[in-house]
Amino acid sequence: MGAWAKSKGTPYFLMGPGLLWLTIFFVLPMLFMLSVSLYQGSLDTTFEMTWHFENFKTAITDFDTQFVRSFIYAGAATLLCLVIAYPLSYAIAFKAGRWRQVMLLCVIAPFFTTYLIRTYAWQTILSNDGTVVNVFQTLGILGDDGTLLKTPTAVIAGLTYNFLPFMVLPIYASLEQMDTRLIEAGRDLYSNARTAFFKITLPISMPGVIAGTLLTFIPAVGDYVNATFLGSPNQAMIGNVIQSQYLVTKDYPIAAAISFIMMALIVLMIAIYIKFAGEESLMGDEAEVVTAK
Amino acid sequence: MEEQVSEVSTDTVPSVALRGVTKRFGDFVAVDDLDLDIGQGEFFTLLGPSGCGKTTTLRMIAGFEEPNEGEVRIDGTDVAGLPAHRRPTNTVFQSYALFPHLSVKDNVAYGLKRKGVAKGEVDRRVQEELERVGLWGEANRRPNQLSGGQQQRVALARAVVNLPKVLLLDEPLGALDLKLRKSLQVELKRIQQEIGITFVYVTHDQEEALTMSDRIAVMNRGIVEQVAPPVEIYERPTTTFVAGFIGVSNLMPGTVRSLHGEKAEVELEAGITVEADSNGLATGERCHAVVRPEKLYVSTAGNGSAPAGNTQSVDGVVASSVYLGTATQLVVELKGDARMTVLCPNTDEAERQSLPGGGADVQLSWTPEHIHLVRESGTERATADHEAIGRARQEEASA
Repeated sequence: MGAWAKSKGTPYFLMGPGLLWLTIFFVLPMLFMLSVSLYQGSLDTTFEMTWHFENFKTAITDFDTQFVRSFIYAGAATLLCLVIAYPLSYAIAFKAGRWRQVMLLCVIAPFFTTYLIRTYAWQTILSNDGTVVNVFQTLGILGDDGTLLKTPTAVIAGLTYNFLPFMVLPIYASLEQMDTRLIEAGRDLYSNARTAFFKITLPISMPGVIAGTLLTFIPAVGDYVNATFLGSPNQAMIGNVIQSQYLVTKDYPIAAAISFIMMALIVLMIAIYIKFAGEESLMGDEAEVVTAK
Repeated sequence: MEEQVSEVSTDTVPSVALRGVTKRFGDFVAVDDLDLDIGQGEFFTLLGPSGCGKTTTLRMIAGFEEPNEGEVRIDGTDVAGLPAHRRPTNTVFQSYALFPHLSVKDNVAYGLKRKGVAKGEVDRRVQEELERVGLWGEANRRPNQLSGGQQQRVALARAVVNLPKVLLLDEPLGALDLKLRKSLQVELKRIQQEIGITFVYVTHDQEEALTMSDRIAVMNRGIVEQVAPPVEIYERPTTTFVAGFIGVSNLMPGTVRSLHGEKAEVELEAGITVEADSNGLATGERCHAVVRPEKLYVSTAGNGSAPAGNTQSVDGVVASSVYLGTATQLVVELKGDARMTVLCPNTDEAERQSLPGGGADVQLSWTPEHIHLVRESGTERATADHEAIGRARQEEASA
């Protein structure tokens, strides 16, 4: 046991299965996708590797609207999720008392049904003769012939609904483990409830907020189910484009190029986000760079 | 006693005054009709077992709990309804409650910044305070990079830097090991004398209370059993609870037979009659006589260590003898179900060798000034515990 435990190779040995998995199912497909994005041709003739970088240019110029739209829809949904999830998580963590478990269960309950079925259900909820449209028309929010389906509102609402638990759970987790005496300490040190929240509770729960926004934004930006069921081609997101390029048009190189651009954009955005949100807001505005000493 | 003086001088307005303060959590009465006056610049300790109401009392002064009845006054002003952030008090919390996302410096600066103190002055005072507790070198580190003792000092600095009228300390040394606790006791006392603000200190550690306090209030089941300076609390406890909670109890049960002015004649179940200060007892009342372990002398038929002169003595049997290093501890059983602990200092080896062993018939003696009569406390000890309060609080929160 001793010699085995001390062996320098042990960590690599233990990482082996994971590395193997990632190599086969992540690295190789990525390389494959990257190479496909440089092919030229069609399914009827043949695809040939011609280092055709034009594919990337075509992908961006032909589908720039869908790229931008995806980021706007996903961004809006993430923001809405945050606005809904933070107070909800706060209530579950600090105010729910014995109802805490029940409330958490309600947050997770939608997962018991598949994503597709739930989005179908939203089609019914938002349909023209559905309750939501009726109520909105009565309240004058929608015109008499106004509809919700096939609008950006419907797609964003669907995204918000579907990804809400991914925002609630990390925020709840970070609030729940927070020592509530810290809030008392803040109150004791002349903060009213509002200041104590912004100076103490919010910064301390920031890791949860960051995790939640990433877990919401990343899948939302590549989603195509909500746009398919709740939107029209005018609300098509980049996921829809990739899907139709692969399965309808069968232009694999373009589909691969779009996928690759999308992934690169997301990685870039996350890197920037974590750089700023992760370092500065984690420390709060009181963190000044100190040159003393 | 000095009422006329207190009316003339404003200095004698108590720093903190509690009048008939009662706090209930559901059916549980945590603090029961409490009256207390804490003087300006006093180091005042609330001492008692878990669930005696000491922390609840502190939280009512801080503004984290509102009393159900009664009045809390700080510097003569009723603070009812004033939230914690508007009270001239600061708290050192039991587990420090340092802000994990801020540096040591920003933790200490937090209160001053909220009060809108100018930046230059904030920096100066934070530095001064961190230097006072010897942590200026750690100013830019995070609390979780510090040891327990260092965190404790940061918590102290974070509160003291605001120069509150009253500093509230909730078992601040409870999480530290014995040696560190001892050195911080001395340091806390030094800081208190240096800055001269009122300290209200909560602890269940009687030794800590005796070491640091100007006065101690011994609490039990929501009421104060005795308020007095440490020496008096130790030497002249007034109730069985105080006698038992501070030091070794050494209680001899008995009954008051007659009163002669200030003196009471008490017949002890151990078989003798003693005279001592009546301490407000009435004829026929049950009471206990207390003699501290180090004030007792043991003698056997052939060998006596009792001082010459006016002494009282009683017969007993040695139950056990334990060597403690600086002293030898004998437990002597008396007639009528009393067990007395005796501490014999190990000053002379021959004397130590000659101490009676288990089973020996001995005589215990003491000088009359060291025997005191105490009233029987309502109940021997607080039975309520933290859990009871916790439950009550939870129920209240979810109601």
